[in-house]
Amino acid sequence: MGVKKAITGAQAAAEAMRQINPDVVVAYPITPQTPIVEHFATYVANGIVDTEMVPVESEHSAMSAAVGAEAAGARAMSATSSQGLALMWEIVAATPGLRLPIVMPLVNRTISAPLNIHGDHSDVMGVTTLGWIQIFSENAQEVYENLLLAIRVAEDERIQLPAMVNQDGFITSHAIEPVEIYDDDKVRAFVGTRSMERGLLNVAHPRTIGAMALPDYLLEVKRAQEEAMSRVFEVYHSVAKELSAITGHEHPLFEAYRLDDAEAAVVVLNSAAGTAKVAVDAMRDRGMRVGLLKPILFRPFPYAEIRDALKNVSAIGVLDRSMDFGAYAPVYSELRNSLFELDKRPKLQSYVFGLGGRDILRGDIEVVFDELLSGSLDPERQRYIGLRG
Amino acid sequence: MATLQEIALKTAGVEARIVSGHRMCAGCGIGTIIKTVFAASDRPVIVLNATGCLEVTTAVYPYTAWNTPWMHLTFENAAAVAAGVESAYKALKRRGRMSEEVNILAVGGDGGTYDIGFQALSGALERRHKFMYLVYDNEGYMNTGNQRSGATPFGASTTTVPAGTVSIGKPQWRKNLVEIAAAHRIPYVGQSVAHNTLDIYKKAQKGFNADGPAVLAVLQPCTTNWSYEAALTMKYSRLAVETNFWPVYEVENGFVHINVKPADRKPIEEFLKGQTRFKHLFRPGNEHVIVEMQKLIDEEWARLVKLEESGVQL
Amino acid sequence: MSEKKSWEDLELAIELPPATSLGYKTGGWRIVRPVWNAAECIHCMICVAYCPDMAIPAEKSEEGTVGKGGRVFKGAVRRETNFDYCKGCGICAHECPTKCLSMIREEEAEQAACKVPGEV
Repeated sequence: MGVKKAITGAQAAAEAMRQINPDVVVAYPITPQTPIVEHFATYVANGIVDTEMVPVESEHSAMSAAVGAEAAGARAMSATSSQGLALMWEIVAATPGLRLPIVMPLVNRTISAPLNIHGDHSDVMGVTTLGWIQIFSENAQEVYENLLLAIRVAEDERIQLPAMVNQDGFITSHAIEPVEIYDDDKVRAFVGTRSMERGLLNVAHPRTIGAMALPDYLLEVKRAQEEAMSRVFEVYHSVAKELSAITGHEHPLFEAYRLDDAEAAVVVLNSAAGTAKVAVDAMRDRGMRVGLLKPILFRPFPYAEIRDALKNVSAIGVLDRSMDFGAYAPVYSELRNSLFELDKRPKLQSYVFGLGGRDILRGDIEVVFDELLSGSLDPERQRYIGLRG
Repeated sequence: MATLQEIALKTAGVEARIVSGHRMCAGCGIGTIIKTVFAASDRPVIVLNATGCLEVTTAVYPYTAWNTPWMHLTFENAAAVAAGVESAYKALKRRGRMSEEVNILAVGGDGGTYDIGFQALSGALERRHKFMYLVYDNEGYMNTGNQRSGATPFGASTTTVPAGTVSIGKPQWRKNLVEIAAAHRIPYVGQSVAHNTLDIYKKAQKGFNADGPAVLAVLQPCTTNWSYEAALTMKYSRLAVETNFWPVYEVENGFVHINVKPADRKPIEEFLKGQTRFKHLFRPGNEHVIVEMQKLIDEEWARLVKLEESGVQL
Repeated sequence: MSEKKSWEDLELAIELPPATSLGYKTGGWRIVRPVWNAAECIHCMICVAYCPDMAIPAEKSEEGTVGKGGRVFKGAVRRETNFDYCKGCGICAHECPTKCLSMIREEEAEQAACKVPGEV
């Protein structure tokens, strides 16, 4: 049994980091990630962790130094949001190619312009092609648990890939919720210590890291990287099982909420899934067969499993908190891809919502369900929730 | 103080920290500089290399010329990567997970240092990570064919600021990296030059042994893009010092010390002639550029001498 | 391509063991080569210290080696240039204080030796 604390999503990330007690944490403050760094800094200042904390001069240097520390053989973490992620993009892109399992909380926030500090997924959706494991969290509890899970999956010798653990800016990062923090000793035994074997500091075995690969080898390097990504599912399942022994509940690839006999379902990431659950319950109370699918592991994307979970649903609304201009919205695109193999495909509708921190309310999702059940759908045209006409 | 014999023995064998089979241009002095810097370390050296000539010529899979732990990440962040390695080193030592003593060396060209890597360098110096930053300065983006950098000298023709009918080449003077580094109040900053093996060695030793960050800027004549005959690298290196174009000096705990004072300063033309990047300066009508360059060099030198004589801590 | 590794055989993140470039012989770049007249050499180590390609071997010698003026030079002594790696830049010859090194064209060297020098 753990201890229940009333904390924010940002604090929940910091709590996970406290228990992980990484060798090195490198970060640069950015709203709404800042409280993660601030909370962790107080742990350092009070000797609660003995991490080497490096408050650098930019996110580019944050990820560069995190890569340096991880390559040296340490367990390194950082955290960022939005513009910070954009500034470190170059190094974010390099990290999976170097097979360095850095784990980073990402507090999702709109990418400028216009400038907006609030939550949406335009930051993370710009990096999903780069080769990081992407995990999404509905609430502070999930932030905490997903970070613990991510460390083990990322560092598994079959994987050796970096992972981002997403939470919604402000909605999750700054809202106080009850979070169950599990026993320090149990969690520390679970996360263990990263091997120094590959490290630059293993001076007895000097190695060259980051050699150039010309056209004769680059394809092979990337194929090997894809292989590691494809192994994430099995590793995730086995690590999830171990984590369940501590948390007492399952850690699935996605959450299927009242989907079994659903005629209509919505698919949505992160905190809006919580709102969707309330909408599902309300509509179920009114006798409507509706449900929710909340993706958790977004990279690699569990196409087959999600297809299987949705194969009997006749209408699906996919809610995206970001856009891909001139193309299907990112989550919608994945769902279409996932369902293509079905002989009898459900009807689909793409919805864009919540950009720049715009609220989405239970009623908005009930309207989506009404549309899905009415059958007046247009899979080629995305709809905008709450858009002033 | 080590002799040239001792240094040569440390750099010659396959036991050296950088070995043959690298692909630097014939006559490139970067190999000379880096092996001399390595000779000055009694501890294993971990190298964090910015993108540039040294990096692209020494680690092309499946070949590596490095006989020491080495990493390349990207262009502008060697100092930040070194900061991460140093932080890991501190953490792992504190946690009793390693006991070896190591030196940490970040290395980049002038583009990766004066320009795109400047912020990361400044941040790492300000945070006082214990590492040495080595810049081999060939006065432009030479790996990609002579584009202008913040280190390119006044009057040099580059592909991005070429000399032309209305252009003298680069119209600005280069920035002074040594003084900028010294302004971070770090314990050691040195400026050296490819041909002066003993000076590089001595400065690298001071840098490695400094109680905090150190910066070592070494002028590296570029046979390919200064375009002179490959055998003349050390000649141009020497002329850069003899003309006061590139003073050999150091700033130790803020105090300036000039290591080489040419008895009879040669005119700057001696350094300029034979280099294609300065060829246009010898055309009629461009005499004033050389005059101005000479004036700038003499003023800079006088200022440096005054700094040394004043004994004022920078 | 057949001698190249398959993707399954690559090192993790293509991390390399040290000094594999010794298998990459840059001697083939050479147009001119340094000819060393050991009888004129004073083993000053300038060429060794300068050689950017680490292609001039040197070693500690107790018994010494005979050089300029028939004198025996002890301590650090140079040996014949390693033509597997020498790129023929000529820095050694240009900087040599006794001019015991001179550059000749590869063809002349080939003719003289009646053999093909180290190839890549």
